[in-house]
Amino acid sequence: MGQRFHGRFSPTDIVMWLIGGGLIFLAIWGAIATLSAGVYSARHWIDFVIFGLAQGSIYALIATGYTMVYGVLRMINFAHSEVFMSGPYTAYFVAAAFYRSGFLDAHPIVSLLFIFIVSMAISTGIAFALERVAYRPLRNAPRLVPLITAIGASFFLQYTFRGLYGSGFQAYPVFKMLEGHWTILGIRILRFQLVVILAAVLLMLALYSFVMRTRIGKAIRAVSEDKEASALMGIDVDKMISMTFVIGGAAAGAAGVLYAVMFKQVHFFMGFIPGIKAFTAAVLGGIGNIPGAMLGGIFLGLMESIGPSLFLDGLGIVAPYQLKDAIAFTMLVLVLIFRPTGILGERLAVKKA
Amino acid sequence: MNGGQSIWKSAVNIGAIGALTTVLLSLIGMVGAFSKRDIIYEIVTMGHTLLLTVGVFLSFLSAKRASQKGLGRVFGATLITGILTSGGVALLVIVGKTINLRMVFVNASPALYQLLIFGFDASFGVPLLLFSGLLCGLFAFLLFIAPPILRRILITGISSVAIAGVLQDLLRPIISIWGPLAGINDVLFAVNGLTLGGGLGMFLIISVVMFFWAHKGNKIKTKISTLPPGRQRMLKTGTWLILAVILIALPQILGLFLSEVITIVGLYVLLGLGLNIVVGFAGLLDLGYVAFFAVGSYIVAILTSPELGFFNMGFWSALPFAVIAGILAGVLLGIPVLKMRGDYLAIATLGFGEIIRILVLSDWLRPWLGGAQGIGKIPNVTISGYVFSTPQQIYYLILAGCLLVGFISWRLRDSRLGRAWMAVREDEDVAQAMGINLVATKLMAFATGAAFSALSGAIFATKIGSVYPHSFNVMISINILCLIIVGGMGSIPGVIVGSAALVGLPELLREFAEYRLLVYGAALVAMMLLRPEGLWPEEKRRRELHKEEEPEAVPADAQGSA
Repeated sequence: MGQRFHGRFSPTDIVMWLIGGGLIFLAIWGAIATLSAGVYSARHWIDFVIFGLAQGSIYALIATGYTMVYGVLRMINFAHSEVFMSGPYTAYFVAAAFYRSGFLDAHPIVSLLFIFIVSMAISTGIAFALERVAYRPLRNAPRLVPLITAIGASFFLQYTFRGLYGSGFQAYPVFKMLEGHWTILGIRILRFQLVVILAAVLLMLALYSFVMRTRIGKAIRAVSEDKEASALMGIDVDKMISMTFVIGGAAAGAAGVLYAVMFKQVHFFMGFIPGIKAFTAAVLGGIGNIPGAMLGGIFLGLMESIGPSLFLDGLGIVAPYQLKDAIAFTMLVLVLIFRPTGILGERLAVKKA
Repeated sequence: MNGGQSIWKSAVNIGAIGALTTVLLSLIGMVGAFSKRDIIYEIVTMGHTLLLTVGVFLSFLSAKRASQKGLGRVFGATLITGILTSGGVALLVIVGKTINLRMVFVNASPALYQLLIFGFDASFGVPLLLFSGLLCGLFAFLLFIAPPILRRILITGISSVAIAGVLQDLLRPIISIWGPLAGINDVLFAVNGLTLGGGLGMFLIISVVMFFWAHKGNKIKTKISTLPPGRQRMLKTGTWLILAVILIALPQILGLFLSEVITIVGLYVLLGLGLNIVVGFAGLLDLGYVAFFAVGSYIVAILTSPELGFFNMGFWSALPFAVIAGILAGVLLGIPVLKMRGDYLAIATLGFGEIIRILVLSDWLRPWLGGAQGIGKIPNVTISGYVFSTPQQIYYLILAGCLLVGFISWRLRDSRLGRAWMAVREDEDVAQAMGINLVATKLMAFATGAAFSALSGAIFATKIGSVYPHSFNVMISINILCLIIVGGMGSIPGVIVGSAALVGLPELLREFAEYRLLVYGAALVAMMLLRPEGLWPEEKRRRELHKEEEPEAVPADAQGSA
């Protein structure tokens, strides 16, 4: 959009701003109406926020995978949602075996760690294989080609896992330690939600410092900046792209276990919706930008959890919770209208895409 | 490439891939499910065919890798790959018989192992399995050293027989309504699968036809091209006439079920032609395309359905409203995304599509849009008393729609607007510098695509008789995108080929529904790796994708395999 603001607004700009302004006005009006009606108490809002944070931190972990891959390859890795699904689904069998043998209740932390390791290993392996088989041969193909491959790979993985493990929902064993709630500063927090938030924050910090501090992280950042130049600097570009998938896969595998802990079930199709949400989060934060993806994920999770009650209840809409996904996507469209680069993004939408 | 070493290594690698593939196929349950059907009655089942195909194909691949190093090494390589492939399966059987894998893999049942060792005892079955792997390798070797014509005849003949076996349930009823030709059924088919004689006969006939064509085909082609221009034109009109007659008679030839499949394919052709304008011509990656399909369906439903009782119009008076609403929606959703590019555009349009679906699904708009229950009782289309109700009748409606939309697309492609779209697709900034009004051009693309989609939606609504929000999920958009890319981006015949391949084929294989999407996904990946330009690409685009190949050799090849 080289000609942005030639000193005047075009009619399409005006329409855009009208749509955006109208939506924001509606949201504010709804929020005021809800708050003044006082249907929800402070406890409710706190619960919403904590749930939103937990859900958002899962989105954030998945979103880092999208955003890093986008950074180095400029492609939407549609199959990332299946990378996310494969880990916890496989780890389910480990968890179930632990549960049956009683090991899970005897050593909950050890078994949880083990489940994490299995899940991350599987997701990492799938992500690595995916890059080798489906994306690497297409490095120089036109942009849409890897997108279609990704969609194909996504179908293939979904139905492979369905064929392998069956098509039903599998109920994740319950960690007794994580049932109930803790009271912190007078706020009652469900234990598993707190654990999910803490674990996700830890993982994100680890991932961020890995990308910012280590040599490999530096090389990955160099590759996403400029492939040719980094190749000239002696960086093995292919290896770094593989590493990107590996890191993204590990994050997705960990996010998958957190998801399973939170929602207590796994299914071969479980990756689809969180995948789309996480991608939305990555775009919200500014795709290609790791802190942006984390922020976008948490923001999206919060909006989804608070939004329906806050904005829609006051407008007299029935069953507002059904519209939570609509809120998520409306946020996305609004952000893209008013800040096309995402919250933290550079001007990538215009420059590189 | 350092001599013989790498050949054995690559043969072992390919063999490992083979072992992995066959074990995966078995554990996924494909082998088990396919074994219920015989290709040739009581001799070869589909499950075994699947595994053998993998073995032969991969052995052939390693033969190709070794081709430069002399026949002896090729022979060794094929055998290694073959035995490794079967070795994987054998290992699965042995492991499976000692440990219960069923706790994790639902399909790892004793019945599967029994199938894999051909129903024999393990002590005889496992060696037999390994031997069959060797046979695969040997067969691949023979294929490799056979002259090209013989190889092509063998492959075509065997795959035709296999396809006839796979599609037996479809072919049987179709052949049975052909009157005097119905007798073919008794010769060709047994209770389950082809008869041995039928299979062999079919193979022979196909081989002879192919042999004849290989020898005389070129002569016929040159004969036609040397005809005087008047005769050539007659021949051309003749071909078109025959094509038209076939198109008109198609539902009668094919029977009810296939007509239903064709109507579905036709709807996707309509949708694909619309998205082809947005993505293929103008290069705007739209993942929310299903929204316009929904708009078209819902407008028709609201205007015609007596269930809601708002308007109770007929289809023909509702149709213009549906198309106009589609255009309006296209423009309205197009405006906010005008300045976005690439993936941002994709995700924003995906968001729009989902927003519309969620709104329609919600209880909030239920009094007007029917919520999750949808809107039913949409009347059939009538033209002066003739009712379009069965798939065989609706086919004509869709055919008319496809012809209209195809004609519009074809005329638009080389129009001023069409060229502007392509300029925008190639480079927005340059296009703008050349004086193309980006806003108008992009909005026209969105509007035209949306209009086609709404038309398709309108027909869809009367075809199904009811509309549900679940018919309009994001998978439809993705499917349409895949089909235009598989067909060849920007190519109008490509849309038809793509719909037939990605919508028609899976519908035909509905009984294997569980594995439909798996195969679909694998096929998409394979397609993009091997033939990224699509099945029937636009001339220009193919050249872009195959810059390194010499231009003159390509056209004949592309026509032949399309």
